[in-house]
Amino acid sequence: MSVLVNKASKILVQGITGGEGTFHSSQMLQYGTNVVGGVTPGKGGSMYSGKGDDTFTRPVPVYNTVSEARRETKADVSIIFVPAAMAADAILEAIEAGIETIICITEGIPVNDMIPVKAALDRSNSRLIGPNCPGIITPGETKIGIMPGFIFTPGTIGLVSRSGTLTYEAVKQLSDVGLGQSTCIGIGGDPIIGTKFIDAIELFNNDPKTEAIVMIGEIGGTAEEEAAEYIKAHVKKPVVGFIAGQTAPPGRRMGHAGAIISGGKGTAADKMATMRACGIHVVESPATIGVTMKKVLEGGLTNGTSKPKAAAKATKTKKK
Amino acid sequence: MNIHEYQAKELLRRHGVPVLRGKAVFSAADAGAVAYNDFVQKGVNVLVVKAQIHAGGRGKGTVENPTTGAPIELFGKQLRGVTVITEGNLADRAYQVADGLLNNKLVTIQTGPEGKIVRRVFIEEGCDIGHEYYCSILLDRQTSQNIVMVSTEGGVDIEEVAEHSPEKIIKEWIDPLTGFRGFQARRLAFGLGLSGAAFKSFVAFIQKLYTAYEALDCSMLEVNPLVVTKGGDFIALDAKINIDDNALDRHPDIAELRDTSEEDPLEVEAGKYNLNYIKLDGNVGCMVNGAGLAMGTMDIIQLAGGKPANFLDVGGGANVERIANAFRIMMSDPHVEAVLINIFGGIVRCDRVANGILAALEQVKVDVPVIVRLDGTNAEEAREILRKSGLDFLVAATLQDAADKVTVALSRSKQPVA
Repeated sequence: MSVLVNKASKILVQGITGGEGTFHSSQMLQYGTNVVGGVTPGKGGSMYSGKGDDTFTRPVPVYNTVSEARRETKADVSIIFVPAAMAADAILEAIEAGIETIICITEGIPVNDMIPVKAALDRSNSRLIGPNCPGIITPGETKIGIMPGFIFTPGTIGLVSRSGTLTYEAVKQLSDVGLGQSTCIGIGGDPIIGTKFIDAIELFNNDPKTEAIVMIGEIGGTAEEEAAEYIKAHVKKPVVGFIAGQTAPPGRRMGHAGAIISGGKGTAADKMATMRACGIHVVESPATIGVTMKKVLEGGLTNGTSKPKAAAKATKTKKK
Repeated sequence: MNIHEYQAKELLRRHGVPVLRGKAVFSAADAGAVAYNDFVQKGVNVLVVKAQIHAGGRGKGTVENPTTGAPIELFGKQLRGVTVITEGNLADRAYQVADGLLNNKLVTIQTGPEGKIVRRVFIEEGCDIGHEYYCSILLDRQTSQNIVMVSTEGGVDIEEVAEHSPEKIIKEWIDPLTGFRGFQARRLAFGLGLSGAAFKSFVAFIQKLYTAYEALDCSMLEVNPLVVTKGGDFIALDAKINIDDNALDRHPDIAELRDTSEEDPLEVEAGKYNLNYIKLDGNVGCMVNGAGLAMGTMDIIQLAGGKPANFLDVGGGANVERIANAFRIMMSDPHVEAVLINIFGGIVRCDRVANGILAALEQVKVDVPVIVRLDGTNAEEAREILRKSGLDFLVAATLQDAADKVTVALSRSKQPVA
């Protein structure tokens, strides 16, 4: 078991003949991802094998529209590499075609374009991951994204993160201490995203293969707090958390469009306090995510903190 | 992107939102001439002179000499960011106020003690204010919908209102499929207790404001105060607009309004090379790929006993030129005592990054300890390249190792040279 995607997932690449689409399609095919087709308007009817250094392990059929591609290939997952100005349209096209899981890698989509997309999503059966995200991977089965496949190992830790490279950092640490991953989801750094922490954590909680969860948040918004309340109420699996941006100044956008502290809300300190109070093992240093998870799983840490002394909460939970 | 009040008002005016007549000037002489020709000559008997900086709280802010910090006084009073002129020779007084503002610094609650240098001044006609309201439009991240907020408590700090009397803030969420509807505008008007001419004027005002918000791709639009005149007309007395950076490509005219003198010069320089750099006030410079890891690295620096001197995301394609420019910008900050390079090579190969660092160091003089942590694709080869270079790097394998080496480097740099 895993979350959302596995060996059987049939993947469509929207924007397959573009530079990014070509490179990452070749990487995904190399990983063993079942890419069943691509979409580039105007290039339908051809077979595409990549180009130059990015030659595919096998040719892939290209279609003009997502609905046609879906009909022909029975694809259930789509990954989007189209430029920001056309990305909202690409997501809507995938929703209209009935694609179950849509992953949008594109960075820089205007917020006003995403508002109607989110409304359309809410009225559909599709799930969107991203935009502005590294994608999703079930190690050893399928990689649908731009992450470096070799750092991931199959296992039982579910990971959800707003950031790309920080995810790689955490995964490397987990793999280094011998902890493989069930599925890793990069939910994206934008203010409007399809799948929030709370959604990903619910998926992991319901997945029998996932034994523990890592959540990596950052400053801005209140999605981490909402997820923390959900964890407190519903999740029995151990959760290790980190919030990037403890040293970020208020009012400044720190790279990600969503990473801004405004009006005293969305600070790392607030998020970490709420997460601790909800029983999450919050680490202060991103260098200790892997070792902390190992300690938690070996029973060395009690609930709610990475510092054993502040474990009042845990004793209370245990009495139940 | 932030824009000035006068620019915001011009954009709003083009979308039919009522604003007062005004003109921006860059010199005291122009202030006097504009005040006389465009206002006094046309029968205006109240003028407002407003400092244009990218920060709020101007009305209560103090104007100071940029070098000595001495307060600037005019007409026997401390000069503030906003001055209303009702008596005397209006044009002459406008000249004097502008002269007091320009090239001095304005310190407000939002600028911090360092203040901001005033380079532009806005001269506007006055109006007879009946009541001051608050109004803003922004994205509600929780619902992924835009939200229109109004309050009878105008002209004050809205965060205070939100904290102490949240019931005084009235909200309407906008469904993107149906848009901002008339009944919602009316509900806001009733909520503010309006009736008669003022009611009608508000309903028209708020709908035009929302149209402008969407058309301009704003990420935030705030009118505080929003005033109703004694005659019942609603007017945007102030306007703060933040434009969604991701939408600037489709608004080249708005992109041109950017005032780089309001930004940190190093940040402007970094922007030319597509480097995402934010200057901070610490002592350890950092260069990282990816925004999340960059923030995480800043946190690591703090935990290691240093303070981050910057946020710097070099992005995915870390080639020699990018790294060299990043080094140069980072090293232009005289407070940097050590540098931490943290690259997690995913798609980027670490050996290429290592060669990039060596090439960059031939172009840029770096005389502080450099800690390099490269992990991911070809990390081992990369570390070997750095070790063999003969340059004095502190090479770290893991993030924890990098943090420890920052601590070591800082204690070393603090030791007096024997």
